[in-house]
Amino acid sequence: MRLPIDTFRLPNGLFVTLSEDHTAPLVAVNLWYHVGSANERLGRTGFAHLFEHMLFQGSANVGANEHFELVQGAGGTLNGSTWLDRTNYFETVPSNQLALALWLEADRMGRLLPAMTQQKLDTQRDVVKNERRWSVDNQPYGTWWEKLPALAFPPDHPFHHSLIGSMEDLSEASLDDVAQFFATYYTPDNAVLSIAGDFEPSDARRLVEQYFGPIPRGTNRPPLPSMELPPTFGESRREVVIDAVMLPRLYLTFRSPVFGSDEYYAASVTGAILGMRRGSRLHRALVRDRQIASDATAFTFDLPKGSDLLVVDVTARPGIDAGVLESEVAREIDTLHTDGVDATEVERAVALIETDFISSMQAAGDRADKLSLFATYFGDPRLLNEQVDRYRSVTAQHVNAFARSRLGRDNRASLLYLPREDDTERAEAANLAATEA
Amino acid sequence: MTAADVFKRPAPGPSRDYRFPAFERLTLSNGLGVVVAPVSKLPIATVVALVDAGAAADPPGQEGVALLTARALAEGTEQSDGADLAARFERLGTALDASADWDSAALRITVTSERLPAALALLAEVIRVPSFPEREVERLRQERLAELLQQRAEPRGLADDMFGKFAYAPGSRYALPDGGLESTVDALNRSAVGTFYGERYSASSTTVIIVGDITVERARHMVTDAFGSWTSADVRHVAVSDQPAATTRLVHVVGKADAPQSELRVGHVGVPRLHPDYFSIVVMNAILGGLFSSRINLNLREAHAYTYGAFSSFDWRRGAGPFTVATAVRSDVTDAAVREILLEIDKLRDAGVTDAELTLATSYLDGVFPIRFESTTAIATALASLVSYGLPDDYFDTYRSQVRSVTAGHVLSAAQAHLRPDQLQVVAVGDPTIIRAPLEVLGAGPVLTYDAEGHPTS
Repeated sequence: MRLPIDTFRLPNGLFVTLSEDHTAPLVAVNLWYHVGSANERLGRTGFAHLFEHMLFQGSANVGANEHFELVQGAGGTLNGSTWLDRTNYFETVPSNQLALALWLEADRMGRLLPAMTQQKLDTQRDVVKNERRWSVDNQPYGTWWEKLPALAFPPDHPFHHSLIGSMEDLSEASLDDVAQFFATYYTPDNAVLSIAGDFEPSDARRLVEQYFGPIPRGTNRPPLPSMELPPTFGESRREVVIDAVMLPRLYLTFRSPVFGSDEYYAASVTGAILGMRRGSRLHRALVRDRQIASDATAFTFDLPKGSDLLVVDVTARPGIDAGVLESEVAREIDTLHTDGVDATEVERAVALIETDFISSMQAAGDRADKLSLFATYFGDPRLLNEQVDRYRSVTAQHVNAFARSRLGRDNRASLLYLPREDDTERAEAANLAATEA
Repeated sequence: MTAADVFKRPAPGPSRDYRFPAFERLTLSNGLGVVVAPVSKLPIATVVALVDAGAAADPPGQEGVALLTARALAEGTEQSDGADLAARFERLGTALDASADWDSAALRITVTSERLPAALALLAEVIRVPSFPEREVERLRQERLAELLQQRAEPRGLADDMFGKFAYAPGSRYALPDGGLESTVDALNRSAVGTFYGERYSASSTTVIIVGDITVERARHMVTDAFGSWTSADVRHVAVSDQPAATTRLVHVVGKADAPQSELRVGHVGVPRLHPDYFSIVVMNAILGGLFSSRINLNLREAHAYTYGAFSSFDWRRGAGPFTVATAVRSDVTDAAVREILLEIDKLRDAGVTDAELTLATSYLDGVFPIRFESTTAIATALASLVSYGLPDDYFDTYRSQVRSVTAGHVLSAAQAHLRPDQLQVVAVGDPTIIRAPLEVLGAGPVLTYDAEGHPTS
């Protein structure tokens, strides 16, 4: 499976990737801005994401609620998302509406600020605070999203702080911040535009040049501080969180090779061997055989700079003590670290990853997003066509080298969630012991 | 092109035709249904084995057995134990997803086309000769109990389950979660699973749907090889009671101490999937709360910033599933959010919709149709609904014209017939010390309070 991929760059720096597919009359437009929570300044955690919300509040020629209305009224789907190191905006529309999608993206890239008002900012600030309550504060284990990066990255590292942001910092965000962030980061030379699906390349190119061509390139974009980190934590780290949860859950993370490196693919396959589907080691050992966990998975963050994270996520069975959960997970990791894996396990993992990958290439929106990813991170969207081969070339030796160097006790950070009741009982038990003594 | 042209909204070009993927339906001599949709874009295929064995068929007192049975299929066969089965599927690059919703059990795999024959044979083994090992059934039962325990601290799932309980009469299967509750799951065991399997799983109650890189002829051969010798049995028709719990409006506060938000569910028993007003209801719901630019979302999110999002839906089942407005709002505006939801429902019934709203909804539903079917999984799921509800074979070919033919008059009639303000059940999972008193002042209906297990506390 190889996708046709073409690229060009506008004089203002906008990098464009095109991938044709005429099987259905639809087309996906996808923009990645190379800015995320890592670029936030001190005291403005959550701003990159709040800013993403403001991009749906209209622009010079688009009214307050019109962005959604115009795309949905055209029969399209749309959204945006913010991550540590990028923000994306995307729509899939009937192919005869490609011009509308490109025009909407260009209008907000070129002319956002005339539409910004204090009232819109105040409303979206409250919407985002509700998003925080919904996804973090009022959700069991919801704080892991901010506690795990905080544990894994040093305080001055751009990936350390909360992506959704603190309530205090969200309250501080101003229209001046909006103007400054927009001028600094939302410029064509800091963006990648991908178009995938049913379009004629010459038409698409003409539309891109017309709508995006006049937008000036940016100036004075500050570089990120160094992201480099040692390959391991150099220690075991552990944080216990007492939360409104019913069952203990362990998030165990390892510093891991950056996304895109050769070693990354070995790390990703290791994650799949440990926690992808029910035939994985952790599921089989802890859920099926020993029955101490009700669920076990593993995944990578896929960060291309500094250090990636491999995360193991295991929830206890009712009645199983958190200490047992921790020691049994550690035992599985120790075994992998010292004894390695066999070729059958690698084959299973690669086969699963390959099917998922091909399956995910069916939707134009997913293809466009992956093209933007490889163009943004590595300047080369054609890397998308190399992914299956890169996974297929991973051997047991690669996995074992990764496991030996990265899964030792010198590279583990645990975030352990405990139910409140547990805490009370333990405190009571401790008190009782003290009384008896 | 002048500068002014850059500021002007582009008009659409001529639209290209689209047809839902062509499919063929066959019946094997043993009664097994087969649906094949060749889609050759990528070397991949999705198989759904759909069995008339959904939660609606759970015997009283054994609610949850349909889901447990579906999950237990992959835990052992006459040839393999559960760990072996998982390994055999996964070495083929696929994982079996076995579950049951209200109307059907479904076993799903997506696999590269070259591995399809082996994966299909394995799927047949799992459905035809499961052994339901006692230890594994018990483990899955314990895992369901763990899910239920987790639910008590998870406000979204808790609100959904509580809404079902307060919307449907106690005797209705729909009043309990599809996976059952502690009290009913406690009663399940290997023998209950075996009996349910024996009564519901057979060639004549199963349809195998294959979508992907394969011809009809090859698919027919493969399915015949894998399922042709499976025997048929009579499978009892199931009728679900969908009676409402109450005919007056009630407000149910389910306590979650210190919750910073209230999870709200406002709704009542809706209509069955095969109702003749289906398309009018779909368009009506899109305008009320189905789209981002719907009335309820624009009101609660964009005008008042009470929430991150607010949506309404009709849950389609063979029986009458619920109509529900769902949102999570800051605790101190719980009463105001309920008031706005009730106002929007009243407004729609009193004054109907504008032409602009109607056009937005119908052109969205019409235009987005091809985008809904980009993957083999999505097409297979659509075909599964066709089979499960008994929709006509040309259903997808006429869908878009059906949507376009809905008028503002149809929408108003649908709102007046199918939204019943007096019967709305309001469920708020939140901090009772903050939300209870204001909800009483609001006067939407008598306020009742419960703990997280649904036991009355007032």
